[in-house]
Amino acid sequence: MAAVLPVPSATRVLLSGNEAVARAVWESGVRVAAAYPGTPSTEMLEVIATYPDIYTEWSVNEKVSLEVAIGAAFAGSRSFCCMKHVGMNVASDALMTLTLTGVAGGLVIAIADDVGLSSSQNEQDSRYWGRFAHIPLFEPADSQEAYEMTKAAFDFSEKFQVPVILRMTTRINHVKGLVTVGERQAYPSSGFKKDPARWVMTPAGASKRIPMMFERDITLRAEAEISPWNLIDNGKDKRVGFVTSGPAYMHVRESFPDAPVLKLGFSCPVPLEKIRAFAATVELLVVAEEVEPLVELELKAAGINCLGKEILPRQGELAPNVLKPAIAKLLGEPVPEGITPAAKVFPRPPTMCVACPHLGVYYTLAQIKNLTISGDIGCYTLGAGHPWNALDTTISMGASMGIALGLDKGRGESDKDKRILAVIGDSTFLHMGMQGLLDIVYNGGNVTVLLLDNRAVGMTGGQSNPGTGRDIHGDEAPRVNFAQLVESLGVKKERIHVVDPYILPALFKTIRDEIKIPEVSVIITDQPCVLIDDYKKQKPYEVIDDKCTGCGNCVDVGCPAIHVTRREKVIKPSGKEVELQFVRIETSVCTGCTLCVQPCAPDAIVHADLTKPMRLVRH
Amino acid sequence: MTDNITNILVVGIGGQGVMTATEILAEAAIALGHDVKKTEVAGMAQRGGVVSSHLRFGPKVLSPQIMAGTADLLVGFESAETLRWCHYLKPGSLVLMNTARLVPPVVDIGLYDYPDDPLAEIRARGFEVHAFDAMEIAMDLGDVRLGNTVMLGAMADHLPFPSEVLLESILKRFRARKPQMVELNRRAFEAGRSADAAAAHEKKSVLA
Ligand SMILES: Cc1ncc(C[n+]2csc(CCOP(=O)(O)OP(=O)(O)O)c2C)c(N)n1
Ligand code: SF4
Ligand code: SF4
Ligand code: SF4
Repeated sequence: MAAVLPVPSATRVLLSGNEAVARAVWESGVRVAAAYPGTPSTEMLEVIATYPDIYTEWSVNEKVSLEVAIGAAFAGSRSFCCMKHVGMNVASDALMTLTLTGVAGGLVIAIADDVGLSSSQNEQDSRYWGRFAHIPLFEPADSQEAYEMTKAAFDFSEKFQVPVILRMTTRINHVKGLVTVGERQAYPSSGFKKDPARWVMTPAGASKRIPMMFERDITLRAEAEISPWNLIDNGKDKRVGFVTSGPAYMHVRESFPDAPVLKLGFSCPVPLEKIRAFAATVELLVVAEEVEPLVELELKAAGINCLGKEILPRQGELAPNVLKPAIAKLLGEPVPEGITPAAKVFPRPPTMCVACPHLGVYYTLAQIKNLTISGDIGCYTLGAGHPWNALDTTISMGASMGIALGLDKGRGESDKDKRILAVIGDSTFLHMGMQGLLDIVYNGGNVTVLLLDNRAVGMTGGQSNPGTGRDIHGDEAPRVNFAQLVESLGVKKERIHVVDPYILPALFKTIRDEIKIPEVSVIITDQPCVLIDDYKKQKPYEVIDDKCTGCGNCVDVGCPAIHVTRREKVIKPSGKEVELQFVRIETSVCTGCTLCVQPCAPDAIVHADLTKPMRLVRH
Repeated sequence: MTDNITNILVVGIGGQGVMTATEILAEAAIALGHDVKKTEVAGMAQRGGVVSSHLRFGPKVLSPQIMAGTADLLVGFESAETLRWCHYLKPGSLVLMNTARLVPPVVDIGLYDYPDDPLAEIRARGFEVHAFDAMEIAMDLGDVRLGNTVMLGAMADHLPFPSEVLLESILKRFRARKPQMVELNRRAFEAGRSADAAAAHEKKSVLA
C-alpha cells in the first residue's frame, strides 16, 4: 500500500467543497450571506454561520435570499448567496434583472447541481444561467479549487461589477479533500451610492443597460480566453483531447493520464479561441461535460469539430466507469472487461425516522378512501412510498396548493366524488405555499390542506425557519403563528384545526369531517421532528410474543423500529387466505411515540422492561 | 492499490456512523502525510438509506470515486450491504463484515427478501471475510452507538499505518466533545480489534 509522506503544514485541512467555499467566503471579507437550505448546498451557509463578523440568515426561500444578497452588494458590501440547482428557478426573476444593474460590492452565487440525483426532483444544468443571464460562471473541480475560485470570484465580481455564479455539483459539495486555507481580510462596505439610472430598472433605464450587458459579454469572453482557470494539461497521447470541467476533469485525468486536457474553470463565456487552438493539437476532441451538451453545441456552432453526447450520456456523472468504455469504443480498442456483476440485493430506499410525526398522518390517510392527495417536497414526500402509498402528485416546492386547486377545478366526471387533499410541510408552506393557499381561498377551491408543522426543515437536516422560533444561530426569533396566518389568508376560523399527529382517533376524525365540507380547511399538525432538541423521547415499547396475533396493523404505521420476524399463511373461516405478520420492536431505538400501540387490539405492545438487558431483534 | 493509491470502501446504512468512520480514517491518513479524498454516495443518509463512503489516499489523489473492482479493503457495517458492494473489491481482497442484519421496511412488509446468507455469498466470490457481530459487541459494552468504533478497531491491523494513529484520531474527537466517552471508545476499539483477530483465526482453522 501507499508510502508515508512528510507531514503537511498545519494550514492544510480536510474540507468538503461546501466547507471550502464557506471558508473562502469568510476570508474574502463578505459581510452578508443568505440562503434557503437544499441538498447538496446546505452546509455552505451552515458553516459560514459559525464564523464571526458576518451576517448570515436562513431566508424563507431562494428568491428572498438572493434579494438580500443583492441589497447588500448594492450597499457596497461583499455578499454571498447559495442554493441547490432548483433554487435558482425560484430566484431567477431577480437574477435576470440583476445582470442589468450589476453590483457595487462583490456578489457570488453558489449553485449546487445534483448530478446523479442523490436527493432531488430533477437534474437540471445550472450552467445555463450563465448564458441566460449573461454572467460569468466558475466551475471548481475539487475542494481546493472551490476555495480558491470563490476568492477569485469576489475580486472578479468587483472588477467587472457583475455577479458571478460558482457552479458546483454534489461531487464537489460533498467530497472532502485537503485545502490550504488563509486568514480573513476585512472588506468594509463602500456605502450605498444613490444612482437611479443604475439601480432602478424601469423600461427606459433597462434599455440603456442592455447594450452595456452585450459589451460586457465581449469583455468577459476576452477574460476567459486568458484566464488562468482555463488551463491545458499537455498529454503525449494526441489521439483524443478533452475539453472538460468540474468533477469530470478529475475523472478524465484519472482515466486517461496521458491525454491532453483543456480544463475549463472559467467556463462561461466559453473561451472559443483557446479551445480552437487546443483542438488543432489533437486528432479527436471530446467534450466531457456533465448533463447538458452546452459547451459542445457552442463549439459546434463555432465550427470546432468535436464529439460529446454522441458518445457520452446526458444523464448522471461522467465517472471513469462511464468514460473509459466510451473512449475505448471510439478508438476501436477492446472495451475494458466488465467487472464481476453486483449481487442482487433488495433496494433500501430512505425511510422516515423512527417515531416521525408524519407517520401518524400517513397511517391515517392510507385508511381513508376516495382521496386524491396533492403532495409537496420534504420528508413527507416519502409518504408516496410503502407502506402508505399515500401521495398522488409531487413536483416542486409549494406546488401542492396550486395543483390541488387545479385538480379540484379540472376534475372530470369520474372524479366527481373524490375529495382533494393537499399535504405540505411548515418550511415548504412558508417558502412558496402561502401564495397557493391564498389562491385557493380567493378562488373558492374545495381543498383540505394538511399543514405538517414539525418546527424544522426536516429533509435537509433540521434547520430553523420563521415557524421554528429560532434563527440560524439557534437564538430566539419571532415565530409565525400558522393558525393566525392561514386565518388572515381568509380560511374560516372554524375550518382551521390544530391537532396532535400522535393521537390517531382525533386526527382521523378531524380529517374525515373536514373533507366532507365543500370549502377550504386547514389542519395543522403540531409535533416536532425527532431530530431537533424540542423532541422528547418517551419510554420505549416491546412486543409480548404470546399476545401478538399477527394482524399486522402496527406494520402499517411504517415505523422502522417495527420488524416482522415471522410470517404465516392461514385460511380464515370465510375461506380467504391471509398472511399473518408477527412482529417485534427494536426497543433500543423506539422512542415511545405510541403510534403502533394504538391500532394493536390485543394490547400486545407494552412498555419495555428496562431492568432486563436489552436484546436486539434478530432475523 | 492502483498508482500508489489505497482505496477503502466503507458501507452501511444511514445513521450507523459510516461517514464518521471514514472521516476518522481520513484524518489518520492525513496525519501520516497522505493526500486524501473522501466521497459518499448517500441518498438522504439520515433516513436509513444505503451509504457507501469512499476513501482514497496516497501521494496525489485525482478522482474521489473508487471504481468497481479496485477497492483494497471493504468494511461493511451491515450484512446485506456488504454483499451489495463486494463487487467493488479487487479480486481476492479482504472484507471486514458486521454480520448484523438490519432489515428495512420494504423487506418487513414482504416486498423483497433479505438474502439468506450474505457471508457465504461473499466468500463464494473468492474474498477473504472476517465476520463478527459488531452490534452485539457494542451492546455488550453498553451502547449500540459504539458499533462504528468497533468497526474501526477491526480495521486497525489492515491499514498501511500503525493502529495507534487510528485510535488517536478516534479518541481525539471524543476528548474534545465527550470526554466521558473516551475510555468506552478505547474499549470498543480493542474489542473490534480482537473480534477481527478471532475471525481471522477462525477463517484459517476452517481452511486447515
Ligand atoms: C426550490 C427548492 N429549494 C430547496 C429544496 C430542498 N428541500 C427539499 S424539501 C425541503 C424543505 C422541507 O421542509 P418542510 O416542508 O418543513 O418538511 P419536512 O422535511 O420538515 O417534513 C427543502 C428545503 C427543494 N427541493 N426545492
Ligand atoms: S427528519 Fe424529522 S420530519 Fe424527517 S423523517 Fe425524520 S423525524 Fe420525520
Ligand atoms: S398490532 Fe399488535 S397484534 Fe397486530 S401484529 Fe402488531 S403487535 Fe401483533
Ligand atoms: S412506539 Fe411504536 S411507532 Fe412509536 S417509535 Fe416505538 S415502535 Fe415506533
